[in-house]
Amino acid sequence: MKRKPQSTIRDKLPAAAALAGLVLVWQGVSSLGLVPAFMLPSPVMVVRAFISDFGLLMSNSVTTLKEAFLGLLIGVGLGFVFAVAMDAFPIVRRAFYPLLVITQTIPTVAIAPLLVLWFGYETMPKVVLIVITTFFPLTVGLTDGFREADPDAISLLRSMGAGRAKIFRYIKLPSAIPQFFSGLRIAAAYSVVGAVIAEWLGGFSGLGVYMTRVRSAYAFDKMFAVIILISAISLLLMGLIGLAERVLTPWRRARQERS
Amino acid sequence: MLEVENVSVSFGDNHVLRDVSLTLKKGELVSILGVSGGGKTTLFNVISGLLKPDDGRVLLEGRDVTGKPGSISYMLQKDMLLPYRTIEDNCALPLLLRGTPKSRAREQVREHLAEFGLEGTGRLWPAQLSGGMRQRAALLRTYLFSQEVALLDEPFSALDTITKSAMHRWYLDIMDRIRLSTLFITHDMDEAILLSDRICLLTGKPGTITKVITVEPPRPRGEDFPLSPEFLEYKRTIKAAIGG
Repeated sequence: MKRKPQSTIRDKLPAAAALAGLVLVWQGVSSLGLVPAFMLPSPVMVVRAFISDFGLLMSNSVTTLKEAFLGLLIGVGLGFVFAVAMDAFPIVRRAFYPLLVITQTIPTVAIAPLLVLWFGYETMPKVVLIVITTFFPLTVGLTDGFREADPDAISLLRSMGAGRAKIFRYIKLPSAIPQFFSGLRIAAAYSVVGAVIAEWLGGFSGLGVYMTRVRSAYAFDKMFAVIILISAISLLLMGLIGLAERVLTPWRRARQERS
Repeated sequence: MLEVENVSVSFGDNHVLRDVSLTLKKGELVSILGVSGGGKTTLFNVISGLLKPDDGRVLLEGRDVTGKPGSISYMLQKDMLLPYRTIEDNCALPLLLRGTPKSRAREQVREHLAEFGLEGTGRLWPAQLSGGMRQRAALLRTYLFSQEVALLDEPFSALDTITKSAMHRWYLDIMDRIRLSTLFITHDMDEAILLSDRICLLTGKPGTITKVITVEPPRPRGEDFPLSPEFLEYKRTIKAAIGG
């Protein structure tokens, strides 16, 4: 059965209604003066702050996005290399997998100042932090994807005379695509947050730097504006990745249409 | 053209096959009939070259292919079409593995689609095809790999009865048209009697071929052959030999 566009809109309706309700309650609380405006600015004030600082927010977004993209790109590359190495050599897997898990237990806020100390206030420490946080979900996604490749399909290709490289190309790599995209979606969200945290702890520009400035000015309306902007950027990135996934995996839609 | 000579296989203390020999001639369909867990799959892996036997040889057209994958491919109950490749690209896989350029490989597949009852499905995904059509695509893939011998391991056992008998008829027909020789592994007596020129009974532990039954009536056998006394007689012989 084909899914009609109407039904996807209907799927999203409850979430949109809940969000709208929340904003309304928030505005109500502010308008009635239940919470003072300097502690909780109303949605209208946040929108005004967003408009008045639009130029500044955009120029800082460019810095943050650049860092996020660069970090994500390196994270993907590194994750791929690690995943392939771990798949090809079980000894590499046994040696490095626990280390990978340990890197994820280190609190980001604790190592970011160290990275600033080692690499300065420019792009480098931000990118390093993003790489550390993003390459884990990517490596794990790809490794699991490679491991879940159908062993019977691998045998079949072997019987047709395929070597390791061809089995990787025709079976393992395509089998890992869905897992790769799950990992990439998580990594994309991490990359923006990672960039902001790194900027917050030391930098010259970027949304994190902007946040530290509006915080010291007690401009909470601007603080809310930038928080919403960061969420929106993350959601947009995840949406783009979802779109890329749909385009690159047309067979998954074919299955849905049949069932 | 395909000869299996005195093959023995054991995994540690577990002796699975002992002294198994059989011959498949051009255009023949020979079945290996045995109970589950009786070493059928092991024999199958030896013939396809995925497993090297402890003893014995596999010869294809006189060439020793023992333990060498890449000469004889197979088809299973599970069609193993890769979900992320179109039917065309699935069937082209053996050609691509051999180094044929992509466009040539696809062209070659397209030339055979109609013959295998797959016209118009080349650009579809496997998930969009019925079970019977997927099996036909799997057979086309096997055929494009090795045009002489097809090794089939219970290829039709996942299909419903009606599709299955349609596939039987279709298979015998296409096998004669494309001059294919088939080694057919099954646990289904009726299927074996219906399709085979010869039936090799693989029994015992370790498994060995205890009896070879020649099914006389020429193929294709009529719709009512499974209802004939002759058919039942073959069945009785097999049952007695298997001891089931």
